[in-house]
Amino acid sequence: MNNTIPRKPSSIWSVITASSMGTLIEWYDFYIFGSLAVVLSTKFFPADNPTAAFLSTLATFAAGFVVRPFGALFFGRLGDIIGRKYTFMVTLLLMGGATFIIGCVPSFETIGYAAPFIVLFMRLLQGLALGGEYGGAATYVAEHAPKGQKGFWTSWIQTTATVGLFISLLVILFTRTMLTPEQFDLWGWRIPFWVSILMVYVSYLIRKNMSESPAFAKAKSEGKTSTNPLKESFGNRYNLKFVLLALFGAAMGQGVIWYTGQFYAMSFLERVMSVNPEQVITILVLALLGGTPFFIFFGWLSDKIGRKAVMMSGMLIAILSYRAIYEKMYQTTNLENKTEMVERRTEDQALKQLGDIQDSVFTTIRYFEDGTVVTETRTWHLEKGVSKIVSGKTQIAQAKSIEVNSADKWILTFLVWIQVLFVTMVYGPIAAFLVELFPVRIRYTSMSLPYHIGNGIFGGLLPAISTYFVSNAQNEGKADFYLEGLWYPIIIGAICFIIGVIYITKKMTTRYTD
Amino acid sequence: MNAIKRFLGIVWIILALGMGYFLVTFGWPKFVSGTQDGLVFGIIILFVLLPLIVLGLMVFGYYALIGEYTQDE
Repeated sequence: MNNTIPRKPSSIWSVITASSMGTLIEWYDFYIFGSLAVVLSTKFFPADNPTAAFLSTLATFAAGFVVRPFGALFFGRLGDIIGRKYTFMVTLLLMGGATFIIGCVPSFETIGYAAPFIVLFMRLLQGLALGGEYGGAATYVAEHAPKGQKGFWTSWIQTTATVGLFISLLVILFTRTMLTPEQFDLWGWRIPFWVSILMVYVSYLIRKNMSESPAFAKAKSEGKTSTNPLKESFGNRYNLKFVLLALFGAAMGQGVIWYTGQFYAMSFLERVMSVNPEQVITILVLALLGGTPFFIFFGWLSDKIGRKAVMMSGMLIAILSYRAIYEKMYQTTNLENKTEMVERRTEDQALKQLGDIQDSVFTTIRYFEDGTVVTETRTWHLEKGVSKIVSGKTQIAQAKSIEVNSADKWILTFLVWIQVLFVTMVYGPIAAFLVELFPVRIRYTSMSLPYHIGNGIFGGLLPAISTYFVSNAQNEGKADFYLEGLWYPIIIGAICFIIGVIYITKKMTTRYTD
Repeated sequence: MNAIKRFLGIVWIILALGMGYFLVTFGWPKFVSGTQDGLVFGIIILFVLLPLIVLGLMVFGYYALIGEYTQDE
């Protein structure tokens, strides 16, 4: 039986549904890890130093991103040799299995260092799977799309990253709402990981009835597929120059703008501004909901006026406006701009028992005239009734949570939404742009690598690097320390914009439009 | 425009070298700092970002300089 011959004609909508759903689930799987980074750091890494534990998780997060290009190479090669469909079936199952296992791993306290090692290994598998999935889905849809409409049709695949993040946040929010904070901290955080396996199974059932892409099936039946896609893609100067241009002139800037708008914004709200985590999720969910349709719009627009015009406009506007946007965000919850109602301040002390651990918790709640409520807690970790001392230091954890008022919440939602809009401009057309840059025989491999280096490495490392810049500037006492993290996306975005504007030509981007 | 593309090839090569210098001077102290976060960032900067940016941008600059990107006009 020849599996590359389509078994039945597929309508473009069934292709979109099957492709998008699987890709969406992969993004969901990938992002719940990032969205639960703070909880995971306490479960899987030694918690003596919360910052170190958080950075360890970010490092694991980065490991997941850094390994993506290798997934792109491995699965891209397979996809160009044996076909798009079977390759992204494998990536789907690999991702689902790894995610489920992360949800089952006992904590560091239970099994020691085996816990972070297993989590790290599963995270690497997730990165590999994602590296193979996206290029396959984008190529598969583009090869089904009518001529002149690739931007519109592939933009549906482009929504999946944001919708996957959106659903991951919704599942986490729902789980948090249904459980007490103690239950969520003890075992509830595992639920979003377990949910994945059900979604993967449904997606597998849908995908297994799809037929191979017509362009690849035709190439294979004519014996025109590549026998060594890696060599053809990267060992050939003619193709390599387009791979480099796709990376430095498009994917690199797109990656940092994506992660600034959707991940750094979340990290900034939660860690720099100390906004209540549930409010942060609500803000992000609303912004993503309002922004997602624009992926389709800008994908469609790129069919009309060109991919380059849309992507470069988005990149330029983003890098010029980031500092103003983040300044406004920070000042919105800056307590120096608000008046406290001192007479309403409450202070409370309580003993808290969580398993074998006993803490003495001091809580201060401050109310402000505009409706902002600030909860500050100082937690003394106790051992036999006295303060626990590790390495000569008393173990005290301090936390601040700001519950913003309704007006401020909408202002923050609007400011995050603008950033999502920039994301839709640069990300909506990029799948079609990459697909049209490379021929069928090496398309999966060639487009996957720059995409995953741009997004996985340049974009994926953004939260870690920017957070580091902010904490460094804070330690040095800089007044506008909170804006320092933006230099990374601004500089990378600016270099990418200049390269893209000067070197990308219409002829290059219309070479393979069939 | 072709002359600008070629000339900028030199700029990308210089930028690659400059970024390489910056990444080494920034990343090495982190790498040997002895702290967990310093080590993580040192590894990321020295072994991931540095080779990618320096080698990738240099090859890109070289291609621009020899006119690889002007042949597609």
